[in-house]
Amino acid sequence: MDFLEEPIPGVGTYDDFNTIDWVREKSRDRDRHREITNKSKESTWALIHSVSDAFSGWLLMLLIGLLSGSLAGLIDISAHWMTDLKEGICTGGFWFNHEHCCWNSDHVTFEERDKCPEWNSWSQLIISTDEGAFAYIVNYFMYVLWALLFAFLAVSLVKVFAPYACGSGIPEIKTILSGFIIRGYLGKWTLVIKTITLVLAVSSGLSLGKEGPLVHVACCCGNILCHCFNKYRKNEAKRREVLSAAAAAGVSVAFGAPIGGVLFSLEEVSYYFPLKTLWRSFFAALVAAFTLRSINPFGNSRLVLFYVEFHTPWHLFELVPFILLGIFGGLWGALFIRTNIAWCRKRKTTQLGKYPVIEVLVVTAITAILAFPNEYTRMSTSELISELFNDCGLLDSSKLCDYENRFNTSKGGELPDRPAGVGVYSAMWQLALTLILKIVITIFTFGMKIPSGLFIPSMAVGAIAGRLLGVGMEQLAYYHQEWTIFNSWCSQGADCITPGLYAMVGAAACLGGVTRMTVSLVVIMFELTGGLEYIVPLMAAAMTSKWVADALGREGIYDAHIRLNGYPFLEAKEEFAHKTLAMDVMKPRRNDPLLTVLTQDSMTVEDVETIISETTYSGFPVVVSRESQRLVGFVLRRDLIISIENARKKQDGVVSTSIIYFTEHSPPLPPYTPPTLKLRNILDLSPFTVTDLTPMEIVVDIFRKLGLRQCLVTHNGRLLGIITKKDVLKHIAQMANQDPDSILFN
Amino acid sequence: IIYAAKNFEDVRCKYICPPYKENSGHIYNKNIFQKECDCLHVVEPMPVQGPDVEAYCLLCECKYKERSSVTIKVTIIISLSILGLLLQYMVYLTLVEPTPKRRLFGHSQLIQSDDDIGDHQPFANEHHVLARSRSRANVLSKVEYAQQRWKLQVQEQRKSVFDRHVVLS
Repeated sequence: MDFLEEPIPGVGTYDDFNTIDWVREKSRDRDRHREITNKSKESTWALIHSVSDAFSGWLLMLLIGLLSGSLAGLIDISAHWMTDLKEGICTGGFWFNHEHCCWNSDHVTFEERDKCPEWNSWSQLIISTDEGAFAYIVNYFMYVLWALLFAFLAVSLVKVFAPYACGSGIPEIKTILSGFIIRGYLGKWTLVIKTITLVLAVSSGLSLGKEGPLVHVACCCGNILCHCFNKYRKNEAKRREVLSAAAAAGVSVAFGAPIGGVLFSLEEVSYYFPLKTLWRSFFAALVAAFTLRSINPFGNSRLVLFYVEFHTPWHLFELVPFILLGIFGGLWGALFIRTNIAWCRKRKTTQLGKYPVIEVLVVTAITAILAFPNEYTRMSTSELISELFNDCGLLDSSKLCDYENRFNTSKGGELPDRPAGVGVYSAMWQLALTLILKIVITIFTFGMKIPSGLFIPSMAVGAIAGRLLGVGMEQLAYYHQEWTIFNSWCSQGADCITPGLYAMVGAAACLGGVTRMTVSLVVIMFELTGGLEYIVPLMAAAMTSKWVADALGREGIYDAHIRLNGYPFLEAKEEFAHKTLAMDVMKPRRNDPLLTVLTQDSMTVEDVETIISETTYSGFPVVVSRESQRLVGFVLRRDLIISIENARKKQDGVVSTSIIYFTEHSPPLPPYTPPTLKLRNILDLSPFTVTDLTPMEIVVDIFRKLGLRQCLVTHNGRLLGIITKKDVLKHIAQMANQDPDSILFN
Repeated sequence: IIYAAKNFEDVRCKYICPPYKENSGHIYNKNIFQKECDCLHVVEPMPVQGPDVEAYCLLCECKYKERSSVTIKVTIIISLSILGLLLQYMVYLTLVEPTPKRRLFGHSQLIQSDDDIGDHQPFANEHHVLARSRSRANVLSKVEYAQQRWKLQVQEQRKSVFDRHVVLS
């Protein structure tokens, strides 16, 4: 009996935790497109359908940009408010944070620019005074209490509603974009929980950032919106193009850097990035940035809290300290990756992993208790970075800008180098302590069971180091103007050294050391500053830090986490340099039983079902006959199960002794045999094959470039074995002397 | 001239003036629009006279700021309501109905649907079959069914993340 030509629902979809077949998805999309184009000549309705199909991609990008921008605005405003909730509350409207509460106040004085009567700290509310030791203790206690409350809420929400919402999300998104399926990872519950718990986690004062989780949030938006469009819902490869664009939109709203976002998506997150995706990602990133700008979370239409506005020039001799900062960034990056992976491995394997809620509470308590006394750790990390990036003007009142103004005239806005006052020295000590605290505590914070990013903590570490070095250089230049270096480049009374620039370069260096970003990092930083003056220092620091960090450890933090979790991610950047052949890697090995194959027209339904239940392979080659072992095609396990179930239910006469055939026409059979079952439409007639003497370098290249799941190995035209992606990964791990059993999943 | 009261409170012109001669440092604020944000309109009462005015004004730093207090208020209230709803649902789930009712699933065949938003599909159980389409017309029982299925999925997710540490270590 001939099989119905309509596709059965379920055929062509994938199991959870499996890899997609890129070739099949791409060819299905091309078929669909061809069909629409051919039909469009028939009627106006079909023409409209084809035009709308072409535009659906752009409409989807617009929607993703709008949704990501709005969510980012929500996260920014809420996090900003909740962070200040630890310190007090605004009586002129509880929804204002400290800055906005005193925004309209007329009682702000020149000396005390932060205080206003509308903003009441907790000690003022509880014991009606702000002075004295008891008030300090009350404030301390409330700070720790709020921090613990926020952290507890965050981890409970994650545990109860969406366990996939924890962590940064970027390693998993990298794996998903390379073709892996993790169902639920980009779902609506994950989106809601990640947004809310991100706000709570950031507000609790922990040393984590929100940029990585924002990428996850944007990809969730992308995935959810894909379901409105048939073209993207049914095709996993097209969906991953959309996710790449969504990731770009995520970074764009995090840093206010659309171009940087696209480059980040290209460099760090995506696996295949066709040119069409480049243009569409840029569109999505722009729309997202524009939406965020109109929500205006920080006032003055800025997208990021730490936007830099100075344009003072830098001098050639300053390249030496910049390269020093690059070396520091590289060293710190390598150290952080090694210690963080060791700690995460401990969390995975020992008892520590059994108490996630207690772990979060303990780390929060330690962070809050150690953070409160030092004003630079008490403020949120974004504010700290903003203050460190700031170039001191004459009227800045922060401790870091407490210079002695020993000059007669002030021309324009240019301030010469000045000797440091008392405030600067005490700020230096406090910043040094902040540096140590942040370096240590971030190792334990990244990877906990709450949403946590590490862009902001790395930038903070780098900014502190940079600012310390910058102030040091500035004082050196002031007190030793007679040295030749300073003499030739710095004129007397000119603004020679800008410590804010050193902070920026330090931040870029540390971020580059940890993530090993190159181009995207420099572009993000230069979009943050709004000018091209500082490209050379940024590039110098980023390259130095990448070289130093690469010398100490091969992988960036995200690749290290991918390897820790055993995701089947085939690294696209590394060369495979060993001389093994395909027959060294293929299965079955020498002593294993023969390859499990199906024949093209001689197996019954019962035989196939036995094979399916006895083995766990995800697919079977189909051969002409067992004697000849000549290859016909490849069929997937999931498709077989679905088709046989469907046939048993819907087709009459199909029983266990029915013959299954994959050929075009039914094989000749004696009379009175039960009706046959044709399964040709689930057979892949063009499986990729290599010969057994093909070098593994070529095989690995084929897997990377085409995105294969499996590849068949032939010898003299006969089927010999099979190589799957998992085998390739295990082989690479073995060759690199890593543990090949650490590759999990299928 | 009467300006629209729309965001009168939301625009502010701020002048920070340093100590000058005998005057101490002072901050001058006024809620006026950008067109009128200059020294003469904002710095009132002017502490110096005559020719000193220009010198004083040049020393001062001007900042014009705008915000939307309505956006802030609406956003905070939205976030707090979502948080409140989630907390209530969490309390309900943990205290009132902790375990999902497996009886709804017969012999617990795990379900797969074509249109899944991605919240479905627990961890690799390879004997997936098509959904047995339960044609229940009752909306309430459909909701209950969806909720129980969701709870099972979250339980599977929790097992892979928290217990077996397979994903997201």
